[in-house]
Amino acid sequence: MSANMGADAAVPALETIGLSKYFGTVIALKDVTLRLMPGEVMCLLGDNGAGKSTLIKTLSGVHRPDAGAYRVNGVAVQFASPRDALAHGIATVYQDLAMIPLMSIARNFFLGSEPTIGRGLLRRFDVKRASQIARDELAKMGIDIRDPEQAVGTLSGGERQSVAIARAVYFGAKVLILDEPTSALGVKQAGTVLRYIARARASGVAVIFITHNPHHAYPIGDTFTILKRGRTIGTYTKADLTRDEMIRLMSGGDELDALEHELRTIGV
Amino acid sequence: MIPENNLKPSPDFTAAPDERLRRESGLRKLLRRPELGAVGGAVLVWLFFAIVAGDRGFLTLRGTANYLEVAAELGILAVGVALLMIAGEFDLSVGSVIGGAGMITAILSVELGWNIWAAIAVSLLASLAIGAINGVLVNRTRLPSFIITLATLFIVRGLTVGITRLITGRTQIGGLDAVPGFDSAAAVFASAWGIVDPTSARGVTANFSVSILWWAIAAAIATYVLLRTRPGNWIFGIGGDENAARGVGVPVARMRVALFMVTAFSAWLVATIQVLSSGGADTLRGEGREFYAIIAVVIGGTLLTGGYGSAIGAVFGALIFGMVQQGIVFTGVDSDWFLMFMGTMLIIAVLVNNFIRKQAAEAK
Repeated sequence: MSANMGADAAVPALETIGLSKYFGTVIALKDVTLRLMPGEVMCLLGDNGAGKSTLIKTLSGVHRPDAGAYRVNGVAVQFASPRDALAHGIATVYQDLAMIPLMSIARNFFLGSEPTIGRGLLRRFDVKRASQIARDELAKMGIDIRDPEQAVGTLSGGERQSVAIARAVYFGAKVLILDEPTSALGVKQAGTVLRYIARARASGVAVIFITHNPHHAYPIGDTFTILKRGRTIGTYTKADLTRDEMIRLMSGGDELDALEHELRTIGV
Repeated sequence: MIPENNLKPSPDFTAAPDERLRRESGLRKLLRRPELGAVGGAVLVWLFFAIVAGDRGFLTLRGTANYLEVAAELGILAVGVALLMIAGEFDLSVGSVIGGAGMITAILSVELGWNIWAAIAVSLLASLAIGAINGVLVNRTRLPSFIITLATLFIVRGLTVGITRLITGRTQIGGLDAVPGFDSAAAVFASAWGIVDPTSARGVTANFSVSILWWAIAAAIATYVLLRTRPGNWIFGIGGDENAARGVGVPVARMRVALFMVTAFSAWLVATIQVLSSGGADTLRGEGREFYAIIAVVIGGTLLTGGYGSAIGAVFGALIFGMVQQGIVFTGVDSDWFLMFMGTMLIIAVLVNNFIRKQAAEAK
């Protein structure tokens, strides 16, 4: 893969080269290199403590990188805040804080980006339009909501994630970062979320999908990036990687082999 | 800015009609409103005193004006506190701000001979500054606002007493009615409409205080802001989940400072009404008001942890408060029982609200 293609060739939706992040003396990320094309799902794989959270937070504007290049649509960016990142089309959906349970679906959908009507002092939150758009957008995504005024707390976990994804796509996300959206879900609900990811991809959105579950990652992923101890140790396309190889990489690969060997010697 | 109409429909997909769609009954919709408990409670309290003390003046126009005035002074405060509490924060300093703001107005006008409007303006600025300091401290220290404002409660009260004594040697200042500008200020903050009670044979006049109007205006603005503006939606979001709100770009820190300034503004308005209707200030004014305001807000259905509630609820919470406080006087029972009654009301309100909220959250 050539790193420097012509202007006509596709520009990566998101690209980092040698991205590093330090917290005092701790090296949280070192030389992280990612390349994500529009309409591509990249699965970000790695054990606990591999730096996935730090990487997501750095990409989404929560942390500022200490070194390296970060480009969005080929333009170098430096985000001051998550809002700034959002304005550049980088939307992050966190697993646990995707939605506010006591607020209605419509109010959640537009939180932070409420449609308004009127001018000056009379500029107000267009509640009617918010409900209408929320209902229509979710229907388009095939999300089965009964009433946009109902509290998000009444939705299932999968529905909540789906509403969050629909919201990000509606607000023009070019890159969608999904932090373990399926980890707390049952099989059927996880399937629902994967379907929405596929739909987002079909509309040209680039997706970074973080998961621990190889059975969720493999069917939807186009590329697979392994993060280990704060470094990227490789990016594989689906053609390069069988499901079994991926499972091996995800579960620690060689370390697990060593462990298996060790256990066997103890057992015998 | 984020494009608002960046629609990306998937043409291959159309929504199937939801077979689980069920028409929601009007009752269920009503149950979702946070203030329902307080409205019901207000009706019950009114009925109770109408039966127990109806023949002793509770039902007269004068009795009504009486408890509405008490409710108004608490209600103005409670409406501001409700906005802050929905955003998940407490302000215990409002009682002290009432004392401090009143004293600033009194010292500047009576002792220094300022026009009272200028004195009122300075006390407003001082109150807003205290609110802003509360907000900035909560943002910077990340300590619970309960602790921060507990500290400012004592600091502001201490400053008020200390400075007042230093300047005047006293803790009370009277004679505001003689300072320049008093009449026009009193007309705005402390006038009343006298209405002759048609049912009374002796032609008793009931005086409806202008503070009731201020209360209504405060409640109307707060309700409008909460339900029909972007900052209103942010208030619910911040109270519901601060990090989620920040994640979608809500300016959490700025909103918080603004909301502490709103509660300080409410305290200033109460102080100004009190100073102009009594013609004097006392360093201890407003003591305990912070807790009464919280009680009114909680009775009004606002969740202590934030994210849920209404300004209308706080209005009815304050109304219950006013009716109980004045109603007890009408019954002839010793008013010492008032505090016990309010405490009991608080417990009942919290239990009822929890139940209602559970119903609302599970109403599928």
